[in-house]
Amino acid sequence: MPNNNVLGKDRLIWIYIQMTRIREFEEHVKRTFLEHPGAMRGHTHLADGAEASIVGVLATRNAEDLAMPSYRCHAQPIVLGTSPKKMMAELYGRKDGLCKGFGGSMHLADPEHYFPGTSAIVAQSIAHAAGAALTAQVKNTGQIVYCFFGDGASKQGAFFETLNLAAVWKLPIVFILENNEYQAYTHVSLEDANAQAGDPLSQKAAAFSIPGATVDGTDPLLVYEEVAKAAERARAGLGPSLIESKFYRLSAHGNAITVPPVPTQFPEHEAIGVYGNKAEYREAKERDPIPRFRARLLSQGLLTESELQRFDESARAEMDDAVQFALASPHPAPEEATNYVYA
Amino acid sequence: MPKEMMYGEAMAVAIAEEMQRDANVVFYGQNMAMTERDPMLKMFGKSRVRIAPISETAEIGIAVGAAVTGLRPIVELWMSEFMLVAMDQVLNEAPRLRYMSGGQVKVPLVLKAGYGFAAGWAGQHFNCLYHTMMGIPGLKVALPSTPADAKGLMAAAIRDDNPVVYLHHYMLTLDTGEVPEGEYVVPFGVADIKRAGSDVTIVATGWMVKKSLAAAEQLEREGISAEVIDPRTLAPLDVDTIIKSVKKTGRLVLVDQAPRHSSAAAVIAAEVAEKGFEHLRAPIVMVTALDAPVPYSEPLESYLLPNEDKIAGAVRTVVTERVRASA
Repeated sequence: MPNNNVLGKDRLIWIYIQMTRIREFEEHVKRTFLEHPGAMRGHTHLADGAEASIVGVLATRNAEDLAMPSYRCHAQPIVLGTSPKKMMAELYGRKDGLCKGFGGSMHLADPEHYFPGTSAIVAQSIAHAAGAALTAQVKNTGQIVYCFFGDGASKQGAFFETLNLAAVWKLPIVFILENNEYQAYTHVSLEDANAQAGDPLSQKAAAFSIPGATVDGTDPLLVYEEVAKAAERARAGLGPSLIESKFYRLSAHGNAITVPPVPTQFPEHEAIGVYGNKAEYREAKERDPIPRFRARLLSQGLLTESELQRFDESARAEMDDAVQFALASPHPAPEEATNYVYA
Repeated sequence: MPKEMMYGEAMAVAIAEEMQRDANVVFYGQNMAMTERDPMLKMFGKSRVRIAPISETAEIGIAVGAAVTGLRPIVELWMSEFMLVAMDQVLNEAPRLRYMSGGQVKVPLVLKAGYGFAAGWAGQHFNCLYHTMMGIPGLKVALPSTPADAKGLMAAAIRDDNPVVYLHHYMLTLDTGEVPEGEYVVPFGVADIKRAGSDVTIVATGWMVKKSLAAAEQLEREGISAEVIDPRTLAPLDVDTIIKSVKKTGRLVLVDQAPRHSSAAAVIAAEVAEKGFEHLRAPIVMVTALDAPVPYSEPLESYLLPNEDKIAGAVRTVVTERVRASA
């Protein structure tokens, strides 16, 4: 376990607050399917289980650095300062949504908060993130880009092509391969040659002669330490790194794909629903990064139980408000559908 | 002052002039700017002019991300078929991101590619893919047929705030023509009447404009006056200019190098049938490639493609059609 002195108390509290805000947002999304059926359409993907990794990564960020995830994109903007109200309204398809109801869960974008957008097609956003890094390099802005994608995406051509080119051009980017053990419904051991051989997925970095490292993504401080090195390298103009962050996705890949009028909700995790492996899921829950980090802050005397409860309640209240805001916001006027096709 | 210039040269001039004008324009692709002798590299430096590996998904995807964050990338793809391996980026990323973001971002980029080869490249290097692209909302498609349009449409493509597929026809590369010097921008969505006429309207793009003009000369000697219109951009498509011409001539021949059902001609025919039916005095005729991949051997290739004689033949058919009885 790393020394907490790497980061000061304020920073540790910040990490805890962001982790709980992400978790609460995702829990509210998940509950929407039961409490407000029909309010959310299409497909939604959650970041529960990924909080330590995402916040640990973004703790290394300078004020103007960009974050570019895939369609699993609720967590990063929450940390960057995007309004959860606008995010929730977007998920509910409302006029006051972040993207005015045009994008939904998989297409969040908030360029003002250094969140240029996402792609809903696996791995394609890896190239977009490298493009943002190209802009930073050509314009010499000093920014770096954090590119988040899953283990499944690391089998796509876009991954291989982009990492090669990012290395050739020495782009200021850090590639975060979030190994949450499942490529949609398929366990990583069934679809990844490195995983099958018992090797870390960060081994893929060697193919591009860039640094690669694997880190325990359930510990925000371990993630912070490893990513800080990669970020420093990117800032110094030395090019990209590949960090495999290992954690466990605590919800299913997404809400069930149903055809109306059959309502949708989050099914059981694939470990149980597909593979019948209850023990695996139970063990993963025991490694849930949030209670573990909470216990650590408590045991190290950095925060008291009542202080922690205050943060927990504040995150819950913030996301309750987000749901109320979303429910109160009107749907967009139908004729707006032809807006924004062309600039 | 216009200057005599080749089609291929006119595109390069436009790129250089726009890069001079706007420091946000970057230019990269495979097998370009490989040595320090490269003129573009000398002019603009290795940050803005780059070599890329054979990685179209990364090249185009990076252009998308760069465009969203403030650059104006031009990707040199050489051959339009190479876009096929990166079609998600072309059809499903570049034209979607602005819309999905509710108008928060824009994606100004140019995908520059040659198309429609007719020199024995056969099958996989010999396609007209614009039909697939022109129907994608958010994407623009330009097809210059003259050196002047090659320059003006390239300048417009680079200045456009949307993703543009700029398709130049190989067989026009060495054609020369007068090209305006200095700033010259051909606006998108404005068709050009390449030849005025009164008996029949011929609409064609790219190399087919040249073939249609040659057919029109042949027909003129027979006393048939053909108007030749080049839409210049297929998205946006200037349907009004075509309908205005059909109103005058009453007859429409559509010439397209693509196979019938993947042609721009099919789209134009549908537009005119719906919006200009009352002006038609004869059925619309499409002169397209035959429905087959393009073969290698020269006689096979020629047989498949539209040519001057096929165009002239189609025109003769429509002008001799009995005038439809007025209702």
